[in-house]
Amino acid sequence: MKVLPYMEISFILEKLILIIIVFAVTMFFALYSTLAERKVAGFIQDRYGPNRAGIFGILQPLADGAKLFSKEEFMPDTPNKVLFTIGPAMAMIVSLLGSAVIPWANKFVIAGVEYIPQVADINIALLYVVAVMSTAIYGIVIGAWASNNKYSLMGGIRAGAQMVSYEVAMGLSLIALVMMTGTFSLREITEQQAGFGWNAFYQPLTLFIFLICSFAECNRTPFDLAECESELVNGHHTEFSSMKMGFYMFSEYVSMFFSSALISILFFGGYNYPGMEWVADNWGGNIANTLAVLTLLGKISFFIFFYMWVRWTIPRFRYDQLMRLGWKMLFPLALFNILLVGVLILIFK
Amino acid sequence: MITIIFYILATITLGTGILTVLAKNPIHSAVYMVVCFFSIAGHFLMLNAQFLSVVHIIVYTGAIMILLLFTLMLMNLSDQHEPKKKVASRIAAAVSVCLTAIVILAVFLKANVVIESYKAENIDFQSVQVIGQVLLDEYMVPFEFASILLITAMIGAVLISKREKKA
Repeated sequence: MKVLPYMEISFILEKLILIIIVFAVTMFFALYSTLAERKVAGFIQDRYGPNRAGIFGILQPLADGAKLFSKEEFMPDTPNKVLFTIGPAMAMIVSLLGSAVIPWANKFVIAGVEYIPQVADINIALLYVVAVMSTAIYGIVIGAWASNNKYSLMGGIRAGAQMVSYEVAMGLSLIALVMMTGTFSLREITEQQAGFGWNAFYQPLTLFIFLICSFAECNRTPFDLAECESELVNGHHTEFSSMKMGFYMFSEYVSMFFSSALISILFFGGYNYPGMEWVADNWGGNIANTLAVLTLLGKISFFIFFYMWVRWTIPRFRYDQLMRLGWKMLFPLALFNILLVGVLILIFK
Repeated sequence: MITIIFYILATITLGTGILTVLAKNPIHSAVYMVVCFFSIAGHFLMLNAQFLSVVHIIVYTGAIMILLLFTLMLMNLSDQHEPKKKVASRIAAAVSVCLTAIVILAVFLKANVVIESYKAENIDFQSVQVIGQVLLDEYMVPFEFASILLITAMIGAVLISKREKKA
């Protein structure tokens, strides 16, 4: 085997470090989302929320993690022990995959070398995102089936049907967006929205459809029929305990983080903030970029809060309502949206 | 490096393909098939066809296999035993496999590679723009025929399920 040239090794090292940073940030956000969720719930229901571990309960996630790791692991009497173990791992891996294409900022220039804060700038990033989201369901379905439990199976089947239904409307809404931007690359889509030209102002209907579908894809209330406690005990993760259950819970928060990032990039300008060029001219590009990363993280935090806000405000749908909303309302609306965007493009371009 | 990756991928594809056929449990063979589809997407990536590989994942692993798993779970096929198929359906299966093989063989024999002309003009031949232009310019008629076929199948499926409800 031939020896890798110096450039390739440095390239691989740079990307590896970037991957580790992105992974750490994602996990940090997921970890503290668990605390934030309970705090937001407390705030909305007019109570304190967890406040025993550390100041304001800031150590609560660590305590929860320690508890989950040290709990006894229960293995149900199932003939599919391998699939039972693979289920939560799949859920976790797939929800982490998406963050590979998120553009965090412009190029950093350190000591004359350019560093791009994006793991992979592929020109079909948006399709990649759709592919990752469509495979996210396997963890739930396989784990649910392998549990050998009626309630789990029901939860898995519900999750599968829901994902497939809402993917259709989501894909169609993205088509309308791509018709306007003319590119699949998330970096180019972000750059087109420089200043305050957010896509949300041009395509409010697309944003509306996409937002609803992303709730369904993350299995969040009002669409969390897969784990509907009042009917299915705990849905697809009834039989899972200790860190396996923790993986399912975590993968939900990670995919929430990822879809918040996606919403901010596609519709709310990504890392752009007003006055970015002024900062770059006067204070230097690296400071402008650091602020850009913080801007994106701020937007992501807002949308994570939005997810929680909706969860503690709107009750869960009934299953037939869910299907009616997906197929009879969002699907025709998305088709109409494509037509509308097409006509508007013909008129204005 | 590339050859090693190719051999690993090929082993996975062929191995899971055989396991799909041999697995006794229908769900297990569906899971093997999912792995097989992923490795085929990997092959597309090795051939520099990003668009094809991602669309393959979206359509086959993301939609079709989910629906298949879904029906398998709903039908609740009793694990091991499967009644022997009738002779007629076996013959039909064999004939259709042979016909597909002929089509694939014809494709391999007749197809001429047009990548060189794109390379000469220095165009990124695997980009979505080029694929879209080729599909809607040169292959407009077959493309539209395929969409008509798909929508007919869809309407037919809806019609069949509606009729069963009335009876």
